[in-house]
Amino acid sequence: MNTEKRLAYWRANLRLMSFCLAIWFICSYGFGILLVDQLNTIRIGGIKLGFWFAQQGSIYVFVLLIFFYAWRMNRIDREHDVHED
Amino acid sequence: MSLQMLTYIVVGLSFALYIGIAIWSRAQNTGEFYIAGKSVSPLANGMATAADWMSASSFISMAGLIAFMGYDGSVYLMGFTGGYVLLALLLAPYLRKFGKFTVPEFIAERYYSKTARIVAVICLLFISFTYVAGQMRGVGIVFSRFLEVDVTTGLMIGMGIVFIYAVLGGMKGITYTQVAQYCVLIFAYTVPAVFIAIQLTGNPIPQLAFGSEVVGSGTTLLDKLDDIVTSLGFNQYTSGTKSRIDVFCITMALMVGTAGLPHVIVRFFTVPKVRDARLSAGYALLFIAILYTAAPVVGSMARLNLMNTFQTGEVGTEDGNLLYDERPDWVNTWEKTGLVVFDDKNGDGRVQYYDDSNESFMPIAEQYGWKGNELTVDIDIIVLANPEIANLPNWVIALVAAGGIAAALSTSAGLLLVISAAVSYDLIKGIFMPNISDKKELMASRIAAAFAILVAGYLGFDPPGWVGQVVAFAFGLAAASLFPVILLGIFFKRVNREGAIAGMLTGLVFTYGYIEFFKGLFLKGVGAPWGVNDAEHWFLGISPEGIGVIGMCLNFTVAIAVSYLTRPPPEHIQHMVEQLRVPRHVDVKQ
Repeated sequence: MNTEKRLAYWRANLRLMSFCLAIWFICSYGFGILLVDQLNTIRIGGIKLGFWFAQQGSIYVFVLLIFFYAWRMNRIDREHDVHED
Repeated sequence: MSLQMLTYIVVGLSFALYIGIAIWSRAQNTGEFYIAGKSVSPLANGMATAADWMSASSFISMAGLIAFMGYDGSVYLMGFTGGYVLLALLLAPYLRKFGKFTVPEFIAERYYSKTARIVAVICLLFISFTYVAGQMRGVGIVFSRFLEVDVTTGLMIGMGIVFIYAVLGGMKGITYTQVAQYCVLIFAYTVPAVFIAIQLTGNPIPQLAFGSEVVGSGTTLLDKLDDIVTSLGFNQYTSGTKSRIDVFCITMALMVGTAGLPHVIVRFFTVPKVRDARLSAGYALLFIAILYTAAPVVGSMARLNLMNTFQTGEVGTEDGNLLYDERPDWVNTWEKTGLVVFDDKNGDGRVQYYDDSNESFMPIAEQYGWKGNELTVDIDIIVLANPEIANLPNWVIALVAAGGIAAALSTSAGLLLVISAAVSYDLIKGIFMPNISDKKELMASRIAAAFAILVAGYLGFDPPGWVGQVVAFAFGLAAASLFPVILLGIFFKRVNREGAIAGMLTGLVFTYGYIEFFKGLFLKGVGAPWGVNDAEHWFLGISPEGIGVIGMCLNFTVAIAVSYLTRPPPEHIQHMVEQLRVPRHVDVKQ
């Protein structure tokens, strides 16, 4: 496998990773901490939104995010022909 | 049947199950002992990781902490879950590709240095022993409360059980036992939560009851809670008292610390493939999330129940507070343990439970004729007492006991295993006796595990004062020492031996020094802590719990700077990194 192909695979990986980490950051540190007061003025389902993100919402996002990453990454592996067996 | 009898039966049955599994899945060689022969399915590994991760403190203390901290408790909820995203995206698949046994081994090979390996082993031992001491203490407390034996006997039983399955089974035995323990602990956590959610809100799913209306009141759970706590001078439940930057840093330190904890990382060495490592992290977090999304609801419901127990009528009216003589049974039971204390300061025979440290509430309390808060409730009893507070049947209480024990045992076992692997594999085989035979090494690892159990038992029996304080340090240390060099090892080829060692030491020394300065750890005998431990004196307003983040940034900076000032790593190391980055084995020399 030549350097160019490996680099293309690695770049695709880093792109997906940065996207996922951005969402990870926005939902926890953004919505749950830095913007909590602003979001608390909105109420959804009986809970202040900022508080909900800090105590439950961010955790749901984390779970979905890992499964999304695993699924996309498997596809990228196959597209670049570096998947196992 | 009496509660005592029921508890013996439920706990006894769960023990029989764990030991049965341990015998069935005994480790035959070092590969099975350290990483279960890389044969664990991602789903089973996810469940085992969840049990490994959720300790006695997740099970017993966390909901109570949140109940009393309100919004500030979010640091634990986000901090103990968000690290799995980092693990899945940044570490797990690459370390699985590396395909060896331990974290120090990765650091040793990537940085071609025995010194780096020894520094990593020291960090690992420190983190793991701190943790395991707390776990053993948890085992002792749960046993003594529910089996009504003294703490020492409880500890001995716990040590015996862990000994059997950790020493015999190694990683293989531990993994399958942990799967069973996960089932026990999640069932034990959910059942009372469901009952209480139905009682309070009519909604049987605790996670969803968070936003529900309290039955017969027309207001939602959290609004009602905000009303009642503020009317008694407490801080509003849905807002915090910690500064924003501190909440940010503590959350970050816990997340990064999670991703740097050796007993968590090593879990992802046990699955068959790289893609299984990614998926397995998802499963692990899913199973953890079932408890962690219920915990804030359990906490808020428990707080509301607690407030309502003592504030029976309108705040400030004469008969608005509970008569001490009419207190429910659970108050009585826990008073005997000293974890609930009542002191009738104004002599009216009623319980006034309010925040007497709140200055703006003082005149109001005075007007009511209150002479100070009369009730102290230890936060650790919230989960254990919850079923009693809600008047649930005895079998639920027995189940909670079994769940607490499962949580403590599974985490202890996982920690003991990384300790034993660090000693037998990294120190004995890796450094002192490279030619040791597989059989002798297996023997050495079993002896190391047995020895670690004895030390852990001793620490649990007579916990030195530092155990509670060093938990923050253990996370800060993992965040500031191990995580950055592992990450750089994968994503930054230019980082070399000199950079890694300098980085680890900087992160370690800075974080340790800061915590010692403000909280005091091992140097209490010579005058630590020296600093005043409050926000005004902290660096940038960051508490010792959150300082690992700054340590981590220093580690990154120093590691990169020193690497550029010294020679790049040899070619074969650069090839090794190239190889880590692709799931299949490929030729990287082109």
